[in-house]
Amino acid sequence: MGDLRGSSLVTLDDMRLEHIRSLIQRAAYIDGHRQQVAKTCAGRVLATLFYEPSTRTRLSFETAMLRLGGQVVGFAGAQLSSASKGETISDTLKVVSNYADLVAIRHPKEGAARVAAQAASVPVINAGDGGHMHPTQTLADLATIQARLGRLSDLTVGLCGDLTFGRTVHSLVTTLARFGGIRFVLISPDELRCPQYVLDRIDAAPTCSYLCTRDLTSVIGDLDVLYMTRVQQERFFNEDDYLRLRDTYILDEAKLSGARQHLAVLHPLPRVNEIAVEVDSDPRAAYFQQVKEGMLVRMALEAALLGDPLPGYEDEMEEN
Amino acid sequence: MEVTSIQDGIIIDHIPAGRALSVIHFLGLDPTRTRMALIMNTRSERYGSKDIIKIEQEATFQLDILGFVAPQASINIVKAGKIVSKRTPGRPLSLVNVIRCSNPRCVTTVEGGIDQGFHLDTTGGQPGVYRCDYCDEEAELS
Repeated sequence: MGDLRGSSLVTLDDMRLEHIRSLIQRAAYIDGHRQQVAKTCAGRVLATLFYEPSTRTRLSFETAMLRLGGQVVGFAGAQLSSASKGETISDTLKVVSNYADLVAIRHPKEGAARVAAQAASVPVINAGDGGHMHPTQTLADLATIQARLGRLSDLTVGLCGDLTFGRTVHSLVTTLARFGGIRFVLISPDELRCPQYVLDRIDAAPTCSYLCTRDLTSVIGDLDVLYMTRVQQERFFNEDDYLRLRDTYILDEAKLSGARQHLAVLHPLPRVNEIAVEVDSDPRAAYFQQVKEGMLVRMALEAALLGDPLPGYEDEMEEN
Repeated sequence: MEVTSIQDGIIIDHIPAGRALSVIHFLGLDPTRTRMALIMNTRSERYGSKDIIKIEQEATFQLDILGFVAPQASINIVKAGKIVSKRTPGRPLSLVNVIRCSNPRCVTTVEGGIDQGFHLDTTGGQPGVYRCDYCDEEAELS
């Protein structure tokens, strides 16, 4: 795991599978040893540079550092930063590198995290760069699947809703395809189908396959994982089209009645109305657990990039 | 139309019809100072039509860029009036400060002082496409 010390996370494509597995394993360890790890990052400072507001993601990163005994500084909104005076991302990162030990950056421009990582002298975590990448959301998704089903391969994974613009979908598909043994069921209206470059990634994985369909009900019984996404109103020029498509994929108890008992229902949140509230109490609903897993895996990531060992972790691994 | 042969230099043949001017641009050739012949939309047995550029000088410029702008082209090196070598351009793995990203949401539209980098992505099969190093948008040939 020492390989991650001092490195940045811009995209999961750059991270080896063994490191992804290790982070998920460490997240599970942290969950069971909250007190033991409470001072892992004592004396460390995380800077959260959120050029656009994303309260939950920022709170997740900050809570993760606070639970490791570190401290946080930062801003939320470009108007509160020197960007409003015309400072470049590179210059901001060169400055902040002198204050903080670790940076989490969210920026509306695609590729901003790579620019930040190139300029910074401390590790940088991509907390979302426009519609491009959001790697820690994918780590949260993977950790939830692992916690629920005990594996990240040999699965039938349904992804439903907006498969065109949903960056979380693209990242999850391309990363799961690297683990192999995944049958993807891509459920969307024709207007919101998965882009070709994502399908190419599945085709390039010899043990993976995909099926495209518009009908959730006919395939829900085959799934181990159902990843629901929000159909984004802002993508539509025609309000009627949005309303028609949005209502196509409301997951409710009636639809879930045809699903397997071990199905894990995920959603990157926020939801609008694509999952009925009645599903929240169904044991198959995993989307609030996903939020917890997101914080835990960010704790594991922050400690790993800083090179701070989790107390007791190595000993427990040796025993097992 | 008759264009005389060159004695020492390069003939870039089988350029996709209409793209010769782009080739000249990307090679960084200065048309006001370079002794060259430009033949556009001539007949090609292989492709139907093609462009040809004949340059009467030693190749001191980066021919690798042809792998991006005209991958089907052939490069003929001429010495003493004879073709002494012939090859097709390789596809460079990366392009730095050759083209700009066309994605308006890309960070390169707002961040000054950084390289405009592209990498060759062969995920969808050969010959692959060039994608922006920052936002992964597919490169467009202007």
